[in-house]
Formats: sequence, C-alpha cells, structure tokens
Amino acid sequence: METALSRSGLWLIGLLMAVLACAAAVDTGFAIHMGIVGFACIIGLIVTLRGVDINRAILAPDQGRYDDDVIRWGVIATVFWGMAGFLAGLIIASQLALPVLNLGLEWTAFGRLRPLHTSAVIFAFGGNALIATSFYVVQRTCRARLAFPGLARFVFWGYQLFIVLAATGYLLGITQGKEYAEPEWYVDIWLTIVWVAYLAVFVGTIVKRTEPHIYVANWFYLAFIITVAMLHIVNNLNWPVSFVGSRSFPVFAGVQGALVQWWYGHNAVGFFLTAGFLAMMYYFVPKQAERPIFSYRLSIIHFWALIFLYIWAGPHHLHYTALPDWAQTLGMVFSVMLWMPSWGGMINGLMTLNGAWDKVRTDPIIRMMVMALAFYGMSTFEGPMMSIKSVNSLSHYTDWTIGHVHSGALGWNGMITFACLYYMVPRLWGKPRLYSLRMVNWHFWLATVGIVFYASSMWVAGITQGLMWREYGADGYLVNSFAETVLALKPMYFLRAFGGLLYLAGAVVMTVNVWRTILGHQRGEAPMRDAAFDPAKDRPIIAAPVAA
Amino acid sequence: MSKPRLDDATGVETVGHEWDGIEELNNPLPRWWLWSFYACIAFAIGYVIAYPAIPLLDTATAGTFGWSSRGDLQKEMKAESVRTAGMMSELSKASIEQIATDPRLRRAAIDGGRAAFKVNCVQCHGNGAAGSVGYPNLNDDDWLWGGDAAAIHQTLVNGIRQPGDDATRMSMMPAFGRDGILTAPQVQDAVSFVRVISGNEKPSASAQRGAAIFTANCAVCHGANGEGSRAVGAPKLSDAIWLYGGDRKALTQTLTNARYGVMPSWGNRLDPVTVKMLATYVHSLGGGEAAPAPDPAAPPVAAAQ
Repeated sequence: METALSRSGLWLIGLLMAVLACAAAVDTGFAIHMGIVGFACIIGLIVTLRGVDINRAILAPDQGRYDDDVIRWGVIATVFWGMAGFLAGLIIASQLALPVLNLGLEWTAFGRLRPLHTSAVIFAFGGNALIATSFYVVQRTCRARLAFPGLARFVFWGYQLFIVLAATGYLLGITQGKEYAEPEWYVDIWLTIVWVAYLAVFVGTIVKRTEPHIYVANWFYLAFIITVAMLHIVNNLNWPVSFVGSRSFPVFAGVQGALVQWWYGHNAVGFFLTAGFLAMMYYFVPKQAERPIFSYRLSIIHFWALIFLYIWAGPHHLHYTALPDWAQTLGMVFSVMLWMPSWGGMINGLMTLNGAWDKVRTDPIIRMMVMALAFYGMSTFEGPMMSIKSVNSLSHYTDWTIGHVHSGALGWNGMITFACLYYMVPRLWGKPRLYSLRMVNWHFWLATVGIVFYASSMWVAGITQGLMWREYGADGYLVNSFAETVLALKPMYFLRAFGGLLYLAGAVVMTVNVWRTILGHQRGEAPMRDAAFDPAKDRPIIAAPVAA
Repeated sequence: MSKPRLDDATGVETVGHEWDGIEELNNPLPRWWLWSFYACIAFAIGYVIAYPAIPLLDTATAGTFGWSSRGDLQKEMKAESVRTAGMMSELSKASIEQIATDPRLRRAAIDGGRAAFKVNCVQCHGNGAAGSVGYPNLNDDDWLWGGDAAAIHQTLVNGIRQPGDDATRMSMMPAFGRDGILTAPQVQDAVSFVRVISGNEKPSASAQRGAAIFTANCAVCHGANGEGSRAVGAPKLSDAIWLYGGDRKALTQTLTNARYGVMPSWGNRLDPVTVKMLATYVHSLGGGEAAPAPDPAAPPVAAAQ
C-alpha cells in the first residue's frame, strides 16, 4: 500500500512538472509535447490508483519461468508500429507519384511525413523488435530471468513515450534537421535515460547468467546497445535555445557537424539495423532450423571485424563534398573492407541450414529467414560497391540510394523480424501453433514480390536520374533540367508505390495471423507439404462388360 | 556444458558449447571468404597509398597519384574552357544581331541558351517555355516588350520592373477599382467590353457602356481597339492569349487591383555571353521576329562588355 501511495506521488510530481512546463512553454510544439507527457503521467496515475498489481511479476516472480510480459507487449508493439510505419511509407511513396496527396497542409506534407515513416520503421518497428527479441534471447541463452524486471518495464513504456514524442514532433514541425536523429534535445535526453536502463537490464541479465559462455547473439545485442548509446549521445550534443522550448543548436558546425551526423547515420544502419538484427538471426535461425550454427570461428572473426570496421565507414555518405579528401578515402576503403565481415553473418546464417535445406521448401518461416539473409547479402555487397567513389558519383543523391536502403530494410530487417515474430508468438502465448502457416506463406510472397517491385524500380530510377543529371551536350552544356529528370522518374514512382502496397498487404496478413494466434484460433487448413491424393481415383479401370 | 560431438548431417564436430539447444559447428573460415577479405584489405592499403588518406598535423598525405578532388575539378573545367574558348570569344565579340544571322554562332548560342534556360528560367516560364498564369509563354509570337532578338536581349539584361535599373522595362497599370478610379459597376462594364473585343462575349449594353470607359482609361496604353503597346508592355486585349486569365473573375481582379509582373535583370546575375545565348535561344523558340529594318526605334542594346 505504501508503495502504491509513493508511486502515485511520483506520478503526481511528474504530472505537475509537465503542466508547469506546458504553461511556461515558449512555443506551441513544446507545450503540446509537455501535454503528452502529462497525459502519460495521468495514465500511470490511474493505473497505479486502480490497484493494478504490476508488482506481481516484479516482486514475487515465478522463478521457474522466464519474464516474458515485456516481450509480449513488445511483440504487439512491433506489429502495431510496423503497420503504422509501412502505411506512412505507402503514403509518402504515393505523394511522390501524385503530389496532390500532400493535401496542401503543413502537417501532411512529404517533408514532415518522411521522418515519420523512417523513424516509425527503424526505431518504432525495428527498435521494439530488437528490445523484445533481445529480452527473449538473453534470458534463454543465459538461462536466467531478466535482471531488474521493473526497469525492463520502464524500458518498454519509456521507449513507447519516446516514439510518440518523436512522431508527434515531426507532424508539428519539431526537428533538429538531422536525418534519423530528428527528435529535439528533450526527447533525446529522455531516450538516453531509457537506453541506459535498457543497457542495465541487458548487462544485468548477462551477469547473472547460469551458462558458462556468452552466446554470439548476445555479443551482437551488446555491441548494438552500447554503440547506439554512444552514437546517440555524440550526435545529439545540442544546446537548447530555451529550457522550455523545442529548439536547440548543435555544438558541431559545418562539415564537422555533417561528419558527426553521418558517422551517426551510417552506424545507425551498422549497429541498429545490422548488428542488432544479426543477433536476432543468430538465435532464431538455428532454433527454427534445429541445426547447429555453421562456424563458431567465423562468428568470432566476423563479429570483431564487423564492429571494428563499421564505425569508420560513415564518411562515404559525404563523397565529393566539403569533407577533406583524406576522410573520404578512409570512408571508402573501410566500407570496401567491410564487405566480407558483413557476409560472414550471411554465410553463418545460410550454412546453418546445411543438413536441413529441405525446410526451405516445407517451412515458410525458414523461407523467410533465407530470403532475409539473401537480401542482407545483396545489400551488404551493394553498400561497399556504392561507397566506391566512381560509383558514388553516379549513385549519390539519386533514388538508387533509396532502393539500396529498402532492399536492406524490407528484405533483411523486415523479413527477419517477421520470421522472429512468427517463431515467438505461439511460444509466448502458449499456443500449440500459429493460426495459419499458409498465411505466413502468403505474407512471404507478398513481401518478396513487393520488394522486387520496390528495389528494381528504384534502381532504374536512380541510374536514370544519375545519368540524366550528368548528361552533357556536344557543346559542354547540361542537357536536362531538374524538372525533366523528375518527370522521367514518374512511372518508377508508381511502381515503387505498388511494391509498397504489396509489402503492406503482406503485413496486414501477418497482423491477422498474429492476432488470431494470440486469441488461440487455429485455421483449419491443409498442411503445406502434402500432394493431392484422391482414394476414389486410386484404382484401375475395368472394361465394362460388352452387352450381349 | 556438453562435450564436442560429431554432427550426423554434416559430419563436422561441434565446439561443445550449447545454449538453449543451440550448438556450434567447428567449421573453419571458408577459404574464399578469407581470401576475399584479404584482397579487400590489400586493395584498401593500395588505395590509401595512392590517394590522399592519412591525416597529419595540418594536412594529410597527398597520395602517390597526386590526385585531389578540387584539382580534378579544376583540370576538367580548364580543359572544357580551353575547348570552348574560341566559340566563347566569338560570341562575346558578336552583337546579338550578328549572332542571329550567322548560322554557326546561332547554333552554338541556342545550345548554350537552352542549358542556361533550364537552370535559370524554367522555374517561372516552365520546362517547355510555355509559361503559366502570370508568366508569359515564350513559344508564341505574342510579345509584351518586343520579339526581335535585340528587344528580347534588352528585356533579359535589364529585367522587368526592376528598381534601380534605369533601362529596365517599366510601366504600371493603375488599380482602377482599388484606387477608386472606377466604381465596381464601371469595372464590370469595362470587363464586358474587353471580353467583347476578345471574342469571349456577345455585345451587350454593359459592353457598350464599357467602350466609353475603355476609351477614357485604357486606350492610352492598350490602344483604341485593344491592340496593345510594346512601348509600355501593355498586352494585346483583342486576342485569345491571356497572361492572367480572360474570364470575368480574373479580368475583374486585374482591373480592380492591377498587375505588376516582374523579372530579374539577368545582366546583373549572368555573364554577358550567357545572356546573349539566352536571348538567341528564346528568339529561336518559334515566335522570334526579324530585326526592324532601317530605323532602330527599339531602345539601344546594352553593350556586351
């Protein structure tokens, strides 16, 4: 009872501070954000006052079970934010094909919806998938319950608050203008607090493990958590204009600011979308395939090579800019050296299927994992190639980059996440199987065909664009105006939006499947591997007796 | 911890670790993978030696090739300027009329003008120079300020209604409605008349009343029959071409509040050869007129240098 009382007091203090900050705010955006924080405090207060016993799992846990509450919430959040992010992506893809869909309103313009899409898919969908799977994997491979269960719950809800503040901020026009790091200073501070808590829960669980060794998946998760913390803090070293306002200025200026931004931006790809998702791969692929990891030695070498080399590759985002030549050179050569360490993960994933390749035919979840690894391999080859300066001079600033990012994001991050969700959902909710394996198959094909439309249209668009930009006539003049290059890409933009529609349709199928699995339904369907058999026809033909 | 065991499916030994049922095989690094990794590292080392790479105290290693991105750009730009120097100097010396009559110069000027147009002019006049509301179509022969090469050139050099430029194209239509010169019904009558002479409406009582208003207020610039005047950039009103629209609403707006379209004086922004090339290009689009023969009634052309 005392704890409930003191917790209510904490919520009230939070609410009071939010209301004060809202009243003192120097701009509307900050006032609205403090209103959202206050609203979150009210929800917390109501939950506490209604006596919901959230301490049950925390104070008197069943030591014989893993602490899976947060993971279940995380799975639902992953599906929810995935749908939101894919939908936002489809909307902005349609806006590029049909500009009238900007609706002429500042809140619905492409410039504001675009970070909403990128943050929703990377940080909300990908981030929730990473947090949920990391809590799932670290408990099982350490054979220990989560450390600091209360803190783990704070990580989940604190991260959701970060997402809501970031997303609403974009729509309100609150941004510090750094790609993938758009949220302003106060949201950054909040995320830092949440992230340190995340690190504490994860490391704490590893420390109390009962296994003698730390499994490779946990190395990757740990590298992801620590490096993202470092990247986030350094790239968001901003000084607020007002402590009750939403604006701030970065401490790094000019090309130094650009370099820090792309050091951050590239390693967000490297450690959030590569290392973190490789960690998912390293647990769920061998579990689903029921095969040992292909090579322990490869996992060590490619892990250390990957995390050492990745951190230097950022300058390749600034080829042919004010960045000094020497920094561009280093960015390029480290990216080229990164090719094989990246492929180490693909090899270890794919070759784990040695002795179980038939499952690609019979198990749609394995098929998803294989397709994810194939796209991972393609984009980690494409990346080093695009970092080579002569290739980059054609590809940079074009839709080729967009195509590259999406073959990685839709193919690798999306597919591996879907596969992990399909693996976890029946186990987390204690169901004998998924609602429907055939729907997983539908999801696989919708997503795959969607990616093919997306990536191929953006390759064509990017190369068209790059070639048109650099086209000179005989007299040495540029041949095309910018508007002409945009016009040339229009059909590609429609094809891209169609690809996105297919991908979103696949995610809808997944949402239904996950939902009904959680409800405990099982779809009556023919197993996926049976050939048709009709006993009535399984007999010889007997000639009819000739009439006399 | 389990002991290493032989994996049946592959015949490879495991390392002996086990986590939640996951084991690891003791396969070596794939040879092709390792050698490809070495090859990438060797390439990186070679590239670092050949190109600027290692930061020192106040500079960086220059690389054995002596390459730099700025040097590379300078070299390309220099080669290009050497290649085109002859033609540029010819264009610079030739007058706008000489360029119009010399097929070789004209072709080069049109090429350069097209490129400059795509950078500087498409924003208002559109990709195909077809214009839009408030921005004239440059493909037709309906000119506000004159359509021969020299007139177009002057418009480009000095701009339209640019403050601080004495030779700029200048005129100002009164805001007849807003400033109370005409009452609202009078504006409507004048609009009726303009729509009658442009063939948009049948003659009416309103248009008849408008005729008198037109003669008193508009004819001084737009001419007695709405034929327009290039001296003051007054559009022809008796044709079907409209700069701001010929429907009743747009015309009412024009007569009530007037219009004041502007264009930058490109003489201040672009080099003289580029402006000449632009004038030649615009002249070539379809509506270009021949130079007025003997009597240079047009204002003097700004000298090229």
